[in-house]
Amino acid sequence: MTGSFFRSRSAWAIAGLIVLFLFPVFFDRFYVYLTAIILLTGLCATSLNFVLGYGGVFQFHHAVFYGVGAYGTALMILKSGLSPWLGFIVGPVVAAVLGLIIGLICIRLSKLYFGMLQISLGSLVWAIVYRWYSFTGGDDGIHGVPLPDIISSPNGAYYFTLIVTSASMFVLYRMLKSPFGSALQGIRDNPVRSEMIGVNVRLQQLLALTIAGFFGGVAGALFVVVDNTVFPDMMFWTLSMELVIMCLLGGWLSYLGPMVGAAVIVLLRTYVSGITVYWALVLGIIMMLVIFFLPNGVLGYLDRFLKKKARAR
Amino acid sequence: MLEVTSLSKSFDGFKAVNNAGLIVKNGETVAVIGPNGAGKTTLFNLITGVIRPDSGKVLFKGEDITGLKPYQVCRRGISRSFQVVNVFPRLSVFENVQVSVLSRQKKTWNLFTPSSRLAIAETDRILENVGLSDVRDNTSTALSHGERKVLEIAIALGGNPEFLILDEPTAGMSPEETSRCIDLIRQLKEKLGITILFCEHDMEIVFSISDRIMVMVRGSTIIEGTCDEVRCCQEVQDAYLGGSDVCLM
Repeated sequence: MTGSFFRSRSAWAIAGLIVLFLFPVFFDRFYVYLTAIILLTGLCATSLNFVLGYGGVFQFHHAVFYGVGAYGTALMILKSGLSPWLGFIVGPVVAAVLGLIIGLICIRLSKLYFGMLQISLGSLVWAIVYRWYSFTGGDDGIHGVPLPDIISSPNGAYYFTLIVTSASMFVLYRMLKSPFGSALQGIRDNPVRSEMIGVNVRLQQLLALTIAGFFGGVAGALFVVVDNTVFPDMMFWTLSMELVIMCLLGGWLSYLGPMVGAAVIVLLRTYVSGITVYWALVLGIIMMLVIFFLPNGVLGYLDRFLKKKARAR
Repeated sequence: MLEVTSLSKSFDGFKAVNNAGLIVKNGETVAVIGPNGAGKTTLFNLITGVIRPDSGKVLFKGEDITGLKPYQVCRRGISRSFQVVNVFPRLSVFENVQVSVLSRQKKTWNLFTPSSRLAIAETDRILENVGLSDVRDNTSTALSHGERKVLEIAIALGGNPEFLILDEPTAGMSPEETSRCIDLIRQLKEKLGITILFCEHDMEIVFSISDRIMVMVRGSTIIEGTCDEVRCCQEVQDAYLGGSDVCLM
């Protein structure tokens, strides 16, 4: 029975991938760009949810790893003179190392205090990037990052984003289903008991934070590909809050929840900000409605609804 | 197997455990009894590393384990269950026990093999032994209180312990659940040869399954001996029954 269930889940994934692969054939450049942004933002939110929804860590400044991944990639391409492809590895690795360092400092604190300290350390990184004109370009950011030919066209960038995002989503999913993921979810549910069954809680969480930082960095590197720019606001704390909202909105206990949340927020930002500058107000109202009526997020609600239906039958 | 000497711990000047001593030999079942607030749970927390003692020593199999972290104590072969149900609420019953088995097998650093292929047989065997096979796929929040207390023990068994600490295993159970739980503890003792240290308020249970009893009052050990020695000890009767000379049981 579990076999057929798994097969049907894989079937859905493959169907979704085919639709996304054919997307540029039917839609014009703007929509292709928008979809690529949704994918990479969704990957960023999923990597946050890896520690937030599955690890129970209050990672409140995840955008730092997104930003550092992007800067790492862009600076490597611009300043090193080595193959640009190397930049796509260096960016995420730098983000992972930063995830480990910030994690090492914050992990002694629990829950909310972890989040508060992380916001301050992350803001420190933001301030450095914002001010260090000679290296990072300061508040101007970096524009026109040269890319390999194959991914410099809009469609090339889209397919690169699609492939890397799918692969990353698959890897993160496998990790959550592994014994490491089981232990991580155990820690989320009950850290005291986890320790009592022989799990080294802090070490386990540190590895999770490093992995989350890495994939946050991957999302940042993809942004360089799609948008060709990096700017300090990519690691401003408001974006981190948006990422947390994506997880809550889509459903932080569902694997694809953050991806759905990312789609909703990116679309809102794109379309509502065309109508009014107060788009955050609309976001606030939606968030309130979600907390009141869909406490488990959109996917959490759908999941429960489908299960109820299956039971009724 | 376990030797606790002059262990003390105070919280803000209140001596929760004061110069407590305890010896548990291999294969024995030892009960810790005492009125509420006597420091029984604190004693267990000190042994398992949840809190660090102010002074005193805990030896396990001749090695000093005082002040080790809970996960290190667990890896030496000591598992425990909790008085207040302390399970993983969002995981299924199966996963609750499986994560404990995986942890003992040192597989929690394995990032890529699906958990659904690991430790299945052993987890199912434990569930079978404790009688939770029927509710295997429920989430732990869907269980009755009695079942959750049994799950509590099952998680501890996932560590395949040589030494098991049970903190009021039957608290809040119905009479039938209690008698099933006692049978389970007997089985663990007789079939698996696990050494057990437990505390319990129900004297009938205490006297029926323990080899020896340690009595704690206000953080201190007042007597450690066989059931008969403890049963008619004057100090125990003072502590429990306010000085009346009714013999326990």
